[in-house]
Amino acid sequence: MNLFNIIDEIEKIDPDFTDKLNPRRAAIKNITSFGSKVALAAVPFALGTMIKRSVAQTAVPSVVDILNYALTLEYLEAGFYNAGVAAPNLIPASDLNYIKDIQDDENNHVTFLTNVIKSVGGTPATVPAVDYTAGNGSGNGPFKGLFTAGNYNSLFLKVALAFEDTGVRAYKGQAENILANKAAAGADLYKTVLTAALSIHAVEARHASAIRQIIGVTPWITSTASKGNDTGVALVDGNYAGEENVTQGGVNVTTLKSYSASTTSVAVATAAFDEPLSMGQVYDLLLGSFIVKATP
Amino acid sequence: MKTESQENITGANMARRSFLRYAGIGAASVGLLATAACHKDHKVITSNGVDIGATGDLAILNYAYALEQLEAAFYTQVILTPYSGISSSEKEMLTSIRDHEILHREFFKAALGVNAIPGLTPDFSSIDFTNRAATLGAAKAFEDTGVKAYDGAGYLIGGGVYLTLAGKIVSVEARHAALISNLLVPGSFAASDQVDGTNGLNKSASIAEVLAIANKYLKTKVSASNYNYVAA
Repeated sequence: MNLFNIIDEIEKIDPDFTDKLNPRRAAIKNITSFGSKVALAAVPFALGTMIKRSVAQTAVPSVVDILNYALTLEYLEAGFYNAGVAAPNLIPASDLNYIKDIQDDENNHVTFLTNVIKSVGGTPATVPAVDYTAGNGSGNGPFKGLFTAGNYNSLFLKVALAFEDTGVRAYKGQAENILANKAAAGADLYKTVLTAALSIHAVEARHASAIRQIIGVTPWITSTASKGNDTGVALVDGNYAGEENVTQGGVNVTTLKSYSASTTSVAVATAAFDEPLSMGQVYDLLLGSFIVKATP
Repeated sequence: MKTESQENITGANMARRSFLRYAGIGAASVGLLATAACHKDHKVITSNGVDIGATGDLAILNYAYALEQLEAAFYTQVILTPYSGISSSEKEMLTSIRDHEILHREFFKAALGVNAIPGLTPDFSSIDFTNRAATLGAAKAFEDTGVKAYDGAGYLIGGGVYLTLAGKIVSVEARHAALISNLLVPGSFAASDQVDGTNGLNKSASIAEVLAIANKYLKTKVSASNYNYVAA
């Protein structure tokens, strides 16, 4: 199954969609078949049916949808580091082991997610067509030359950081969707999938921290009241939009006391909490730039 | 260290109410939680400390609150008595981490309100705060344990808002962990002691595993009797 066909489906308005009153129930009903080994062969068809039936924005994606979304992000990251490591004279010797460690993790994530998707009877998404210049396939985007020797600091690391920080946000944004599939998935599969997603999420955050240390910005995202993006790269403002949030669980955390004051600064309040992005928000950021958008 | 369990300002109660409302818990449920808080099974004061109480989100939030209290107290001490040879950059970073952990602690305290376990008294007598390797080694243990704790307890959380909040915090703990690891051994930000070399997953740990480690640094022992762990 090609994930981008799904996206295309979601982008369309479905005039035949008559079961929108409870799309979540429809989604869960379909995913129930994943739990049953005898029904595994029918899964891809069930999934396709489900997607067509519940394209409403309120629909909760199935576990396989979520895993394929994660896999697509990992393809993007793994391919990026594979190209970077292969590029002649791009990565300075002092940083090569850092980048290779991250490369290994991302490729391991691809393998792991592929295996999990297969094990629950799903069909892994195919590798998306990518353009690391963010040029939607033109190879002529704003990050053109990012794999060229001499552009490591100016381009490669900036794309790396955007990918890592966005990856953290993307995984975080799926936690509640995985929870919404708990009853349908069953306790064991739920625990496995959620824990794995949280564990990959933590590794992406470790990577983001390391890349930030190489670049020389704070290892955490230190936003201002009006701007989430602390990287100084205006092109990725959208990837950090919302990181300036200081309201957590209904509490404005700047009103809470700090070490030496009765309130907390915006810098600390934003750095202490990372913010999620929804699947739609992430695709809006990637499709048509880093991931080539299929022409209809 | 002075506990702050008696400090129960109006602001914290207000914050808790809005927190619970945001979490989608209606007025009736709030009453229920308040009742549960008074039940003898909840946040029990034990002979050697406290218990996080009956299974459920309040217990997991109190578990997180306990860990954040420990981390905040640790970094507070690190900055009060900086290790020999600390660089200005290291001090700045560790001060930021202290401030993040204090905010996490204050956030859980405000969110839990009357359901919060008391302030815990740490015991850092095993840590030589004058020594860089000892201090950063302890910091690494706290951060790595924190990441494993959130990752390992996520599936026990029932409320979506709480789960996302845990996610918002654990990635920051992972950012800390990567920094501290790199300060100790450059390039060890995702080393195999914490990240599985085959599947690229961060390790996770159970409540029992985590509290056994945390209690080494606590005078007030934290138990989780309903999650198969009672502190010795």
